[in-house]
Amino acid sequence: MTNVKRLAAIAAAAFALGSVGAQTHDARAQAKTFKIGFLYPVTGVFAAPGKYMQEGLELYLKEHNNTLGGMKVEVDVADDQGNPSVGLTQIRKLVEQDHVDVVFGPLSAAVGSAIVPYIEQHKVAAVYPIVSSDDITQRTPSDYIVRTEWTSSQPTHVLGDYAYKTLKYRKVATIAYDFSFGWESLGGFVDTFQRDGGKVTKQVWTPLVTSDYSPFLSALPRDVDAVMCSYSGAAAVNFVKQYKAFGLKMPLICQGNTTDESTLQDTPDAAGMVTALQYTAALKSPANDKFVAAYTKAYGHEPSYYAEGTYVGAQYLDRGLAAVKGNSGDAVAFVKAMRAVRITDAPRGPVHLDDRGNPVQNIYIRRVEKQGSQLQNVVVQTYPNVSQFWTYNPAEYLKQPVYDRTHPACNACGG
Amino acid sequence: MSVRTRWAIAAATGLIVALLLPRLGVPTFYISLLTQTWIFAIVAMSLDLLVGFTGLVNFSQAALFGVGAYTVAIGATRFHITGFAEVIVLGIVAAVLTAALFGLVALRSEGVGFIIMTIALNEIVWGLAYQWVSVSGGDNGITGIVRPHVGPFDVSANTGYYYVCLAFFVLALALLLIVVRSPFGLVLKGVRETPRRMLALGYNVWLYRYLALMLSAGFAGMAGVLFAWYNQFVGPVTLSLDQTTQILIMVILGGIGTLYGQLFGAFVVVFLSNELSAVTQRWEMILGLVYFAVVMYAPGGLVALVPRLWARLRGRRAALATEEP
Repeated sequence: MTNVKRLAAIAAAAFALGSVGAQTHDARAQAKTFKIGFLYPVTGVFAAPGKYMQEGLELYLKEHNNTLGGMKVEVDVADDQGNPSVGLTQIRKLVEQDHVDVVFGPLSAAVGSAIVPYIEQHKVAAVYPIVSSDDITQRTPSDYIVRTEWTSSQPTHVLGDYAYKTLKYRKVATIAYDFSFGWESLGGFVDTFQRDGGKVTKQVWTPLVTSDYSPFLSALPRDVDAVMCSYSGAAAVNFVKQYKAFGLKMPLICQGNTTDESTLQDTPDAAGMVTALQYTAALKSPANDKFVAAYTKAYGHEPSYYAEGTYVGAQYLDRGLAAVKGNSGDAVAFVKAMRAVRITDAPRGPVHLDDRGNPVQNIYIRRVEKQGSQLQNVVVQTYPNVSQFWTYNPAEYLKQPVYDRTHPACNACGG
Repeated sequence: MSVRTRWAIAAATGLIVALLLPRLGVPTFYISLLTQTWIFAIVAMSLDLLVGFTGLVNFSQAALFGVGAYTVAIGATRFHITGFAEVIVLGIVAAVLTAALFGLVALRSEGVGFIIMTIALNEIVWGLAYQWVSVSGGDNGITGIVRPHVGPFDVSANTGYYYVCLAFFVLALALLLIVVRSPFGLVLKGVRETPRRMLALGYNVWLYRYLALMLSAGFAGMAGVLFAWYNQFVGPVTLSLDQTTQILIMVILGGIGTLYGQLFGAFVVVFLSNELSAVTQRWEMILGLVYFAVVMYAPGGLVALVPRLWARLRGRRAALATEEP
């Protein structure tokens, strides 16, 4: 008897699995819904920022009655776990199984790079609301991808210039993650800071997974005006805490994600840090006030740049879909239409895309200040309409290799 | 029916079903998951040769797998080596050479020492892939790998490639079964059980372990090549310690020391992780419970369950038969 029961249970499970498959087919039959394949890390190391992506998209859809460009929207979620191989499997599922009209995501740069050939082979339109790897809109752009957030070096170009001209720093050391996001973040800073006349005397790189920063902190020289850094998530919390605990007195200036709202309240030592990014929840503007109020009401915490980036990504999808009147079938034309969209009232400020598909937008220099019981990234200066190429000539900029560990070379290391 | 014919029938049926699946209207997404299953089954079997037959718990299997995969990527993007046969051979050679180096270091110790050494070796190779950006593309990996034609066949579509991987799986299984049943395989088992006695009998235990490691690497490298073509992408995750653990879990789930059991281990891990993650965020917990259940209640792995259930069913039928008259 128990065997019969077991068999029945197995049969029921098989049936349930089968009906899941059947449902997706039924859904496809209903005409005129626009299917978003939402690829983001639901689980894994990036799950925490991934949650903000999910909230950003959800909020936009809720505010717009679940329609984009006049079409009813259906969201198919796929979990890339922050792992490129899984991302590839999941995008196959979204495209081949669920027949989505657009791939929306991911978060991890590694996943973002890995799925590019697939996107091009299958001619699917994709919106990258978060991924910041420079070359996706620089040396190897794709006609199938719209990037709506930033390049890693876009805010730090500004920060390098600000550090030299306004903060009057002359000698700086750097410390960051030892992988492409860290290199690109610092590359932008070192490039503009050195061209202005500043000296970078030491560059320290820390492994991606580091729990004890002290050996790296002791490698930092003390006779510098400031230390430039780039971290995110739990690493940012850890790094800033240990920097202060180590008794280092040099001011910290960092890539904006180091003091991102998703971890800011867990980083009490961050007060006084100066960072640069294209967004801050503390930005005072009617559009942002409205966004922050709605977001905080819905989720009980402030939006981070992950949330705002995804929200703006949805805004691009919305306007682009309206521009092609719902005919998203021709991916290249759809992407072109999205790239032509100009948003004047995004929470972060006015945004338009350059001819390689990267946002031209305000970069905010922010200082972490305590307001009431909450830490805030308060805007101290706005650089309007910053392109990914800063003030350089794009053609000449692109002849340089992408920023990495050794490029641009620091001009005063070992000296 | 003898056990042997029963196995032959089961294997033949399985093969026919596997051959027919793409023709039966199975969605391409599942075909690609099955393709992944064949590939991981090969690398899991290669690890089983070490864990199950030689008594070496090798934590650097992902590195050997990854070396095969990176050989494809680097060969294709920097040296324009794209021929099917030559890349397969190159990938296998690269993995075997890596294992030859690993063995010189790791086989100085046994047991826990060997595990620690192989973990370290795996991390070294992972570190190279992660940081030697000019060669490996760093954490962004290498994209733009194109699947070559196999003889006259274009396998750029998933279905074609499914058959390629199936063929390699069958080949690998057959070769490994021959190896473990050969005198060489018997020596390996001896080395696993009582290395000291084997030493006393005059066998060079170190050499047998070294050879087994290189042989295993050949299959792991082959699977790596197939995986690189499958994903058309290679990144450091391919040779991470996480990947090693996943392969080891496939071996344990499938049944240590069975070889063919690895197919079931790979199947369960590939399908559960991809299907469950669509349904629940807690899929890793469920996967964990499955491992737990298998280790607790079916220590021989999933394949050990089949004969057990079969025996119970038969026992019942036999009992019924005696009751009937």
